[in-house]
Amino acid sequence: MKIRSWGYNIKQGVANIFRNRLFSLASIATMTACLFLFGVMFAIVINFNHIVKQTQKDICVTVFFEQDITEEKRNSIADLITAREEVSYIHYTSPEEAWANYKDEYFKDYEDLALGFADDNPLANSASYEIYLSDIAMQDELVEYLKKVDGIRTVNSSESTTKNLLEITSIVGYISIAIVIILIAVSIFLISNTVSIGITVRRDEISIMKLMGATDIFVKTPFFVEGITIGLIGAIIPLVIVYFVYDYAIEYMLSQFSIFTGGFSFVEISTVFNMLVPTVLAIGLGIGVIGSAITLKKHINI
Amino acid sequence: MIVLENVSKSYTSGAPALNSINLTIEKGEFVFIVGSSGSGKSTLIKLLLKELEPTSGKIYINGRYLNKINKRKLPLLRRDIGVIFQDFRLLQDRNVFDNVAFAQKVVEVPNKLIRGKVLSMLSMVGLLEKYKSFPSEMSGGEQQRVAIARALVNNPAILLCDEPTGNLDPENSWEIMKILEEANRRGTTVVVVTHNHDIVEKMRKRVIKMDSGNIVEDAEKGGYLYED
Repeated sequence: MKIRSWGYNIKQGVANIFRNRLFSLASIATMTACLFLFGVMFAIVINFNHIVKQTQKDICVTVFFEQDITEEKRNSIADLITAREEVSYIHYTSPEEAWANYKDEYFKDYEDLALGFADDNPLANSASYEIYLSDIAMQDELVEYLKKVDGIRTVNSSESTTKNLLEITSIVGYISIAIVIILIAVSIFLISNTVSIGITVRRDEISIMKLMGATDIFVKTPFFVEGITIGLIGAIIPLVIVYFVYDYAIEYMLSQFSIFTGGFSFVEISTVFNMLVPTVLAIGLGIGVIGSAITLKKHINI
Repeated sequence: MIVLENVSKSYTSGAPALNSINLTIEKGEFVFIVGSSGSGKSTLIKLLLKELEPTSGKIYINGRYLNKINKRKLPLLRRDIGVIFQDFRLLQDRNVFDNVAFAQKVVEVPNKLIRGKVLSMLSMVGLLEKYKSFPSEMSGGEQQRVAIARALVNNPAILLCDEPTGNLDPENSWEIMKILEEANRRGTTVVVVTHNHDIVEKMRKRVIKMDSGNIVEDAEKGGYLYED
């Protein structure tokens, strides 16, 4: 197709949208709903991962040593642990430090009771390493390893917290993917239907074009333009909505749920949009192209 | 210009629509094709437009072997053939000028050339003053003249006319035939499928009579060949 014909065909494609305005609106509305949900899911998943990353900084595995372990042996265990890939860093807590922490936490308001222990340290046998992981998914593997290390008496891990976080992350991810796939399929179907109605409305025109010697691409371009335009409009509207709703949603979460005030931070809208804009536009474009292509293959045979 | 060699066409159901047809139409001829309904006339037109494929036999148009023309090259073949129908097939949402210009747009003629060409064609069919009218505001005869202008504006070598006067009164029918004769005089090969006795009798052109998928008569300067 010659360059000069592009303007004409783009105009025809846009005109098609207005000719079938009801179906075009239905397609745009479905696309908007689909991609808005996608945007919301995307923002949730990205924030959830962000929160999980913040949380996993505080999750650690604690190991206690055999009685009368030598310092040399303890240091060699530290070397073994820090050499592991999944370990971010370790912190040594001496029995004195452990007892001091305990007193701070439990005898804060009853100092007299603590004095009763005098110089006797009830946690004399509680020297430990707190091991912080770079990826909490590797916790089980590390715990198994630690249990087999000579000189380690007990391994404590916050198994349930870790598992819950990992499970929730993957459930949110799977549900998002399932919903988005269904909505994308519905959007493709609707765009395909809209284009197909456009073809029916213009059946006479198409048959005349074909008889007069219009090329395949010339006949099909307006319908691709129609599908792509609907796809892109249906992508831009939800992006605008997500942009304006995002900050309000975060403010609302912070004000309504106390869990989020405990040092959590949310991902900035600009960071979310750096990934969301190209993704949503690509999906919108893809839905438009696929929706049109399916119908054109079925209905237009030059 | 148009050559058919042993061309047959069968549909999946029923008797063959065309039965081993041999036909040659030379460049610049004016030919009537007559015959009762079901004689194979419309099938013949569709084969020439490559809307249908022959079951067997060879078709040549302007030296091009139709059977071997692929989908990509088909538009080029069709640009050599103008076509008009009994029901005009004008675009109702566009005025006369835009209907004729449409033919130029779809073959991607530069915009600056379209206006002059369309107006000259409208002048030839006597509708210059009505270029802003819509099809719904025009008589059947006028609409068919617009259809002729649209079919001829791309300078096709051949003009196929499928019952061009079928919906028109005798006066308008004659107007249409005069325009077709003028197009023929300017060098276009004209093939007219018709039932109109009067016109065929009076025009004294070559007449091909079809019956049950066969060419039963082919007469130079003939009259209407089949009897009622």
